[in-house]
Amino acid sequence: MDTKKLSYPYLVWITLTILVPMLLIFLYSIIEPGPEPLTFQFSLAHYLRALDGLHLQVLWGSFVIALASTAACLLIGYPAAWFISRLRARSQSQVILLLMMPMWINMLLRSYAWMTILSRNGILNSVLAFFGLPEQNLLYTDFAVILGMVYNFLPFMILPIYTAILKVDANLVDAARDLGASPGETFLKVIFPLSIPGIITGITMVFLPSMSSFVIPQLLGGGQFLMIGNLIERQYLLTGNWHFGSALAMLLMAFILLSVWLMKRFDPKSMDSGEGVIPW
Amino acid sequence: MKKLLGIALFVLTLAGCGNDGREQLFVYNWGEYMDPEAIRLFEDEFGVRVVYDTFDSNETMYQVLRAGTTQYDVVFPSDYKIERMISEGMLLPLDFDKLPNATHISENLLGLGFDPQNRYSVPYFWGTVGIVYDTKVVSGPVDSWSILWDEAYGGQIYMYDSQRDSLMVALKLLGYSLNTTDMDELAAARDLLIKQSPLVIAYVTDHVIMSMIAGNAALAVVYSGDAAFIMSENPNMNFAIPKEGTNLWVDAMVIPKGANNPDLAHAFINFMHRADIAEMNTRHVMYSTPNVLALEAVKGEVWADNFAYNPPREVLDGIPMEMFRDPGAYLEIYDRIWSEVLIGAR
Amino acid sequence: MVKKLYLGLLFFFLYAPIIVLMVFSFNESRSGTVWTGFSLTWYEELFRDRRMQDAFRYTLLVAVISTAVSTFIGTFTAIGIQKLRPKWQAFALNVNYFPVINPEIVTAISLMMLYRSLRLDFGFATMLMSHIMFSIPYVILAVLPRLYALDKNLAEAAQDLGATPWQAIVKVIIPQIRPSIFTGALMAFTMSLDDFVISFFNSGGGVTNLSIEIYAMARRGIRPTVNALATLMVAVIFTVVLIANRISIRKAKS
Repeated sequence: MDTKKLSYPYLVWITLTILVPMLLIFLYSIIEPGPEPLTFQFSLAHYLRALDGLHLQVLWGSFVIALASTAACLLIGYPAAWFISRLRARSQSQVILLLMMPMWINMLLRSYAWMTILSRNGILNSVLAFFGLPEQNLLYTDFAVILGMVYNFLPFMILPIYTAILKVDANLVDAARDLGASPGETFLKVIFPLSIPGIITGITMVFLPSMSSFVIPQLLGGGQFLMIGNLIERQYLLTGNWHFGSALAMLLMAFILLSVWLMKRFDPKSMDSGEGVIPW
Repeated sequence: MKKLLGIALFVLTLAGCGNDGREQLFVYNWGEYMDPEAIRLFEDEFGVRVVYDTFDSNETMYQVLRAGTTQYDVVFPSDYKIERMISEGMLLPLDFDKLPNATHISENLLGLGFDPQNRYSVPYFWGTVGIVYDTKVVSGPVDSWSILWDEAYGGQIYMYDSQRDSLMVALKLLGYSLNTTDMDELAAARDLLIKQSPLVIAYVTDHVIMSMIAGNAALAVVYSGDAAFIMSENPNMNFAIPKEGTNLWVDAMVIPKGANNPDLAHAFINFMHRADIAEMNTRHVMYSTPNVLALEAVKGEVWADNFAYNPPREVLDGIPMEMFRDPGAYLEIYDRIWSEVLIGAR
Repeated sequence: MVKKLYLGLLFFFLYAPIIVLMVFSFNESRSGTVWTGFSLTWYEELFRDRRMQDAFRYTLLVAVISTAVSTFIGTFTAIGIQKLRPKWQAFALNVNYFPVINPEIVTAISLMMLYRSLRLDFGFATMLMSHIMFSIPYVILAVLPRLYALDKNLAEAAQDLGATPWQAIVKVIIPQIRPSIFTGALMAFTMSLDDFVISFFNSGGGVTNLSIEIYAMARRGIRPTVNALATLMVAVIFTVVLIANRISIRKAKS
């Protein structure tokens, strides 16, 4: 048996369930209804419309929020993954499970709970008032939006980094120390490079979906953060213009693939299509 | 192996529910929009099974119906969506001989623009849109949309994160129709909303109910039925319908073409307007019932005895009411304007 | 010390809103924001609420099956993909990213159209298939990095020693990548539990899940019966984890 054949069923499957529908969406984006009913003609009008200033502004805004959320997840998640990997072996999987469990409660429910905490007459302000501290208006700010995003995506950053660090051989670390490396050097020269595949997976799993998510920014940002995902959904549901919605979706996809390609350019490891990096 | 067997058994027990041979009626309604007890009573009386699905907006419901993923027998869309569905031939004309209880419906809610001859729909709930305000913060009478532009309440105002509902407020304040297609009028409404944005703390959706109960803001644009609920939970809150006019809306029951069981669907619609059932539903949902018998029965209840649930006749007559019409291609223009407002608000 | 403090703060952050919604499950009034008094009303209502129970069963059922299936398919696919020629690898992975990149509405509508054109009955099966479909990419993403990091000679060595390729995978490769399979399965389970948009458009006929119920309910304010259900869920999982912990400690001692 040839191992690579194991991927064939899935390749057929994704062709059917992902590629064909994607092609249909692409097709939708380049046609418009013709003069006669049920006829269609080629048109780039939807793309021209998608590329106007307003929509690019929305796209850029979504990018900034997704980037900030991903960065925050990485900063908070890396140490967390490291510390978890240093726990006793038998409690690790339980800690990982407990880390993931909050995500099993519905996202809307969790976001509402954050609103209860952060709102003007909310729990946080009650606690602050109890200690005689001034009231804070955190809800409906940039801070609340990033907090909500980090809250929702953090486990997806921690888990891949944790699995990557896990395979760093403890003997390797000891050896580095024996050879006179400082803890900082050991981390930078031994541990960090080995965890890069995990970081890249983590960034992928946080950045890609957060580009198109919009419910959290909408709720915690008080509707003042218009996201590209929201714009696309409105075309499909509200205005019923699937052609324009599809053009926006293709634009988003192109934008993300481009930014991932750029990220790859700045990642020295992938230059030699090397070890442990997801090939693009 | 034992583990696998265990999982398989577990899965089988979980899946163990299905059809028991009774006739089925497929109903598609808003979430939290009917007393479950009413469904149970209908099932018992008619010896049928009601398959009940819920949706969260007219737009998602419409897409599901268009795609025809499930053949529903009774659906509960709003006025402008019904107009659209009628024009697209998606609805079955009703047989009013099978709907004797339709006579219980207030005449004020019949013959409205979306279904002028009442051929396709039977009103279920109705209401208005107005301002909920905190009487401890807001001094003086609230009788105009202009209070939402009053700088004294900066940072204390909730607007609705919905193109049509928020545009409606600005259009009405400017004295225009909420169905306007005049680009100058729409641009003026947009500019007015952008001008207001520094005063607005948030453009909210469903969460406005819980936020106003908690008293997180002084003023909010709210649907009347939700206002009745807010007021019943927080006695400091009051409701006003601005004098410039507002949106009158109706959610109604319709039978889509292709329904498997139109006879039973008629029976269901009729059942919903039996006095006791209509009363049960309005008590549960707290939206205004079009059923005059049910309205009489809940008179005097704290939650029903107010402007939001039951606006007095003279108020309704004195304020110009207008209904949303299906805007067709203008939806895209509204949508763009709303994006411009939200971007402008940043 | 730093380790404990950091993880402690992290878990406080993760569980703060969970604790809030658990507390409000005991609230007397329907409001999820103002405390009015202790009551068990919502638990009583939960045990009467057939609809919520059905939604919960469907949610769990779909999550369990879709996790099992997508973890299985995802793991073996990843092993296969890694052996493909680079060009095909890049193709497979790029297509694999689409469901992760696409706004949910696009995936939801395109799946709905697909099932419709295949004349499938909308209900449990379509919902389950959709969940399997959007979970697999996450499993592949989780498993692949670890596969690449694996010593390539290991499987070959096993085959040189007389193992069939199948044995090499099951006995050598899978045990090596087990932690990442666990991670992938956890993610698949989580994605399934939390999905709303795709489930909404690809279910029907009375088949619903918790997300659909909660989003539909949100318009009138979420009833604390949902909080009660979440509280019970958290309590059960915590108990299970605690017991597992005890057992493993006892095993370690003996």
